[in-house]
Amino acid sequence: MTVHEHDVIVVGAGGAGLRAAIAAHEEGADVAMVSKLHPVRSHTGAAEGGINAALREGDDWELHAYDTMKGSDYLGDAPAVETLAQDAPQEVIDLEHWGMPFSREEDGTVSQRPFGGLSFARTTYAGAETGHHMLHTMYEQVVKRGIPVYDEWYVTRLAVTDEPDPADRTCTGVVGYEIRTGEVAGFRARNGVVLATGGPGQAFDHTTNAVSCTGDGQAMAYRAGVPLEDMEFVQFHPTTLPSTGVLISEGVRGEGGILYNSEGERFMFEYGYANNEGELASRDVVSRAELTEVNEGRGVEDEYVYLDMRHLGEERISDRLENIVHLAEDFEGVNAYEEPMPVKPGQHYEMGGIETNENGATVVDGLYAAGECACASVHGANRLGGNALPELLVFGARAGRHAANPERADAKLETGRTDEAEPEEDLGAPVEPGAVDAPSEDVSADGGAVESEDVLVDAIHQERERIDGLLERDDGVNHAEIRAEVQQTMTENVNVFREKESIKQALRDIRDARKRYQDVAVSDPSRTYNTDLIHTIETRNIIDAAETIALGALARDEFRGAHWRAEHQERKDDEWLKHTLVSWDDGRPDLWYKPVDLQGQNKVYEPKERSY
Amino acid sequence: MSTEQEEAADGAADAQQTEIESVQSPGDRRRAEKHARMQVTEEERAATEAAAEETTHLKVFRFDPEVPEKEEPRFDDFHVPYVQGMTALDALIYARDEFDSSLTFRHSCRQAVCGSDALFINGSQRLACKTQLSALDEPVRIEPLPHQDVVKDLVVDMEHFYDQMEAVEPYMQSEEFPEGELEEQRQSPENREKIKMATRCIWCGACMSSCNIAAGDNEYLGPAAINKAYRFAMDEREEEEIKEHRLRIMEQEHGVWRCQTQFSCTEVCPKDIPLTEHIQELKREAVKSNLKFW
Repeated sequence: MTVHEHDVIVVGAGGAGLRAAIAAHEEGADVAMVSKLHPVRSHTGAAEGGINAALREGDDWELHAYDTMKGSDYLGDAPAVETLAQDAPQEVIDLEHWGMPFSREEDGTVSQRPFGGLSFARTTYAGAETGHHMLHTMYEQVVKRGIPVYDEWYVTRLAVTDEPDPADRTCTGVVGYEIRTGEVAGFRARNGVVLATGGPGQAFDHTTNAVSCTGDGQAMAYRAGVPLEDMEFVQFHPTTLPSTGVLISEGVRGEGGILYNSEGERFMFEYGYANNEGELASRDVVSRAELTEVNEGRGVEDEYVYLDMRHLGEERISDRLENIVHLAEDFEGVNAYEEPMPVKPGQHYEMGGIETNENGATVVDGLYAAGECACASVHGANRLGGNALPELLVFGARAGRHAANPERADAKLETGRTDEAEPEEDLGAPVEPGAVDAPSEDVSADGGAVESEDVLVDAIHQERERIDGLLERDDGVNHAEIRAEVQQTMTENVNVFREKESIKQALRDIRDARKRYQDVAVSDPSRTYNTDLIHTIETRNIIDAAETIALGALARDEFRGAHWRAEHQERKDDEWLKHTLVSWDDGRPDLWYKPVDLQGQNKVYEPKERSY
Repeated sequence: MSTEQEEAADGAADAQQTEIESVQSPGDRRRAEKHARMQVTEEERAATEAAAEETTHLKVFRFDPEVPEKEEPRFDDFHVPYVQGMTALDALIYARDEFDSSLTFRHSCRQAVCGSDALFINGSQRLACKTQLSALDEPVRIEPLPHQDVVKDLVVDMEHFYDQMEAVEPYMQSEEFPEGELEEQRQSPENREKIKMATRCIWCGACMSSCNIAAGDNEYLGPAAINKAYRFAMDEREEEEIKEHRLRIMEQEHGVWRCQTQFSCTEVCPKDIPLTEHIQELKREAVKSNLKFW
């Protein structure tokens, strides 16, 4: 049995993971990265916009923090939001020193540009490929430092002790499956494990996210007893290509692109969705308008609307939106100089995630999380453009430092479960069956039932047994069917528009998928690069993530940020200035709350009407 | 039945026969039987799909060193229903999810930034995700990148490519930073423009696979790695002596001088990076820097 030993194990090698590894290395730790993709294949590379950081005179971290609190619809936690705003400038400068090819001003300084919801033009960027450059720049630093990377190793399980209270549990490492060879091995972390596995965008069938974004870290932490926070807040982007979900940047509307329906009407104005801002209203408003058009029969092919930029003229398009022309041509077969582009809303970003404090610490000792998989709670109910990349830098670095040196102050999350109890209303959601898969009677799926001294060794045995079971099962359901079932019901019922009965329908479908997953089987018997197996394991994670999203959406009966409810068309601050948390407890999901923290260093952020 | 359908049916029958012959253990037999059942369904599905008006005929390379019926490399036929905008990757995903879940290929972002789905499609290195089926002649022939070891089906071993990328010290080595706290180094917009195309590389490996020289000389750094070196050597933020050091790496036996300017790398690069030009420029820089020392 192979066990690789390091001080710190970072799971996932996108932006947050790379930043965490660099920070842990600088702290003097022996750190290794384990990732199911090679680092440069990570989804951070797809980010376009930029990195918000208060770098210049006239701007300061307090303004950035204020904008972010307001943008979050007052569901961000002030300590985390202020940490983001305070640390972001140093992070941007570090990236620059590492060689990041930022766009530049005439004097050679890093350029900044305006972005939605910001009171100062504080978004630093590298063309429209900021994420790509950030990913590569940080991977270069990992190479420079000689940090070992176990690439194409899929981490399938955390090794966590099984005390009854998650707050007493400790994470000692992870179990990985080498995709190339089929080997199952352990990775022991002497000091800490950092999860940086990205979001669960694949819970929806139409998303801008990579197919690898299957919520692995969230699901693994969840099953180990760590709560997932605010999962109901999912950002949908209004302009994605219908056949693939490829993102068409907000820049098109920024330059004057027009949205119209199948009747040729400029619906943002014609139907009064946004009489002032029109196409440039916020993302949630435009997404809702587009879907309303489709639902009322004015969509094209009952699916999408048109985004037209022909009137901007060939010269302006080539100059400022060249990349968009390529995207439309390559991914939709549309010549955007001559035809309007078909667009529809698509899942884009998961605001919620693994509950952490501003040091990336979770309620379980030795387990940290950062980036989209985590919820330090900086985005609340709505993420501002340009805040995802500083999030993964700031919290990636802090998680890496604290994992390397747990003696650092406040490493452990103090919160976790609070007295604010479960919702009074019965959520009407049947919860059995619990375990998605149970390779043997002795093994429970929530990290419990460990008797041996060595949790990691036991976890390795259990994973081997599970994988062997999946490969050897004679006949069963194909993962693709189950995955499609979950993705479709989420898109139909927990999308931009949400209402009580449809969310319940989604929960029923998810539970049906959970039941069907008990009979899942892998057709490909090979131990060599078995993507059939990988997708099967991922599908279980998608089921868990989808269920927490739907549960949170059902519980939150108000309209806040990206979360729209048919029956509740207002923000209810008296009742809902609190986070939803879902934890996996005794084989079933358990939902509870904790208050939002609006107390900053120098002030309290009082909720106000959000208008721009 | 059309010729294509007959081919597909024959292929399925052959596969069935091979499987039954190679059965050993009860577990293997169960799997083989199941596989045979799946094949029949596929055949039926293929026939139905082929009967539909618009389908695209794919011929996909198959190989798995571990599975008896796939030990011998072969091509499988898939008939995938076509919709406007469909890419080669969409077609592969359809074939995998609907017909044969063991069909193996790498892919992730589906938008030409992760670089994991570079394949050999109708005789050319392309990213499957940005290749429209409508631009291809049928049958669409999909193979793994040439000149790389095949791990399974369309998946190739990228280790050598990664090693070459790392051999050029692919990281900023500047050590002179401005003194002020939170001060960035200065880089002129012109200089950024100069390195911009080089920084777009997504490490897909298409260039390396298309290069005749790299195919014959395993130690040749190759277009992607040289382009990476170019990106740093031309960046004004690195000091002069580091640039010299980089040029020495470029001048080694298996460096820039191996390039015979055949332009295949430039032709296939999905990010339109002028790779050959960058290699030529480094050759010129190397000569100039040597003249300086004389």
